[in-house]
Amino acid sequence: MLTQTLFQGKLSKTEDLFIPFIEAGDPSPEVTIELALKLQEAGADILELGIPYSDPLADGPTIQRAAKRALDNGMSLKQAIELIPTMREKGLTIPVVVFTYYNPVLRIGEETFFELLEEHGAEGVLIPDLPYEESESVRELALKHEIEYISLVAPNSEARIQKIASEARGFLYCVSTLGVTGGENQLSSEVTHFIEKVKKHSPVPVAVGFGISTNDDVRMIREHADGVIIGSKIIRLVEAEVENLKDEHKREAALDRFYNNVRELVE
Amino acid sequence: MVQVYPDQKGRYGDFGGKYVPETLMAPLQELEEALDEAMADKDFIAEYHHVLEKYAGRPTALTHADKITDLLGGAKIYLKREDLLHTGAHKLNNAIGQALLAKRMGKSKIIAETGAGQHGVASATVAAKFGLECKVFMGEEDIRRQEPNVFRMKMLGAEVIPVSSGRGTLKDATNEAIRYWVANCEDHFYLIGSVVGPHPYPRMVRDFQRIIGDESKRQFLEGEPTLPDYIYACVGGGSNAIGMFHPFLEDDVELIGVEAAGKGVDTEEHAATLTKGDRGVIHGSLTFLLQDEHGQITEPYSISAGLDYPGIGPEHAYLFDSKQVRYEAVTDEEAMDALKLLTETEGIIPAVESAHALAQAFKEAKDLPRDKTILINLSGRGDKDLATIMNHFKGEE
Repeated sequence: MLTQTLFQGKLSKTEDLFIPFIEAGDPSPEVTIELALKLQEAGADILELGIPYSDPLADGPTIQRAAKRALDNGMSLKQAIELIPTMREKGLTIPVVVFTYYNPVLRIGEETFFELLEEHGAEGVLIPDLPYEESESVRELALKHEIEYISLVAPNSEARIQKIASEARGFLYCVSTLGVTGGENQLSSEVTHFIEKVKKHSPVPVAVGFGISTNDDVRMIREHADGVIIGSKIIRLVEAEVENLKDEHKREAALDRFYNNVRELVE
Repeated sequence: MVQVYPDQKGRYGDFGGKYVPETLMAPLQELEEALDEAMADKDFIAEYHHVLEKYAGRPTALTHADKITDLLGGAKIYLKREDLLHTGAHKLNNAIGQALLAKRMGKSKIIAETGAGQHGVASATVAAKFGLECKVFMGEEDIRRQEPNVFRMKMLGAEVIPVSSGRGTLKDATNEAIRYWVANCEDHFYLIGSVVGPHPYPRMVRDFQRIIGDESKRQFLEGEPTLPDYIYACVGGGSNAIGMFHPFLEDDVELIGVEAAGKGVDTEEHAATLTKGDRGVIHGSLTFLLQDEHGQITEPYSISAGLDYPGIGPEHAYLFDSKQVRYEAVTDEEAMDALKLLTETEGIIPAVESAHALAQAFKEAKDLPRDKTILINLSGRGDKDLATIMNHFKGEE
């Protein structure tokens, strides 16, 4: 049973969630805003907005390339967060979870980071290299600023699942396989056991990510989990249109193709 | 009473910790438990020392460098000769310790990262010796500048995996090794080459390297009435320096870590992490690192591939912050001059890494009275650097 108000009441449903990931600034800030709106139109319930980082340890080659494209454009943590109000002005209503590695947060200062998130209307934050044991101060700040701090559990978390789940906010991120993002691994039947185990302990919706790249994957995960997180596959759809998205005259058609591909993926 | 570091959470003061994806928390826990058990088992310790003695060639010599002492005319200089260790550098001490631990944990596959190739060679060596499968991640740029070591690793049966991300140096190789480990942690042992990474790596590598300092202490007192007044070691990630310094931390000895200043600490091209860096997280640990104003890790530079790293072990960050160790930075030029001087006066070609420690020590030795003593950790030999050395001195003949 779910026991929390999620994302300041902005998440209206707690099952069948579609949570796509895009990298801020890939291939440009303007396009990131357009992609966010297209994803909402295609049924996204929560947007994961990635902050590009020089050394993304949990990410495979696809998101590494996206980060590089964004960094080459000069994107930073602060600039990425500043995109959110423009997305809102243009009609984005779904919750935004800022996905960032820890070092940029440490650099700007944890307190300043949360002030920025609050000021710019982000509803959640996810830091993939900040495990439970290192996250106390960040979790406290998140509560204070009413930002959902998204926790992750992995297939080898075992005894840690209960502890992590007990403090989960927003949604609980289940890492489907051992590995980095964007793997092509066949999702194993062990995943379903893992999801069931996590659901038993979770006070919030359980969403599954890592390596979900086909409509079959999506359907399979939906049967067991409350949500599906798609990152690298979305980035590959962006990547396929990257030149067209950069070109103002070709952008609209490229965005439409992007929309159709996303729809096909999650239908 | 001196506080024992790291604490339960793997912290050295503010530094250290475990900043890793959730997937690595279980393997790190497994490693820590196995390590604690092994270090408390006298049979394990005995086997480690046995391999060090009979296979690696320990103890390494402590050499009184009388000619360079006379030439500089100041403090009396001693060299700890890790260059005489099998495979040519201190790296093997740690590789042996971790390989024995991997075997004990029932893991038959090891992965390693390497910059200059010395840790890669040490890992490939222990893999051959103990029958382990070995993959070494190495940046493409380093593969280019350290070709002989790449060949050595392959001969020893290791698979060398080129890493093209970033600038293709040690930082990138480490990223890729960690990513591979995340996906294969169930049956692979990650053999980290320096006192970096998430807890318990910095402690484990230190404890497998402190043999350098333990031996030095004993050997020094065989020839001198008191401990050295000054000890110098070069610092990239910092394993030879921690190994040398650690047994002396509570003694009345001034410890000096020497970083790579590359083309100068006032240029963009250096690897002087403590001198020029700021607090941050790299490769799973809170330490000092070279980064830009937005917290993106920047690319270091040094003529020495082994010091070409934007981070530093968390214990060094702590020793720096608490002022227990003094850290200096030496340029490419100064290091190469010291390399040449040692070669010509003592008949020892040092590694370019170790030449950084020599340069700082020589600089200070001159102005010290003759009754002062200096110990320098000569962490490796220069055979691997011949191409770099020839290239540097080209046109001077």
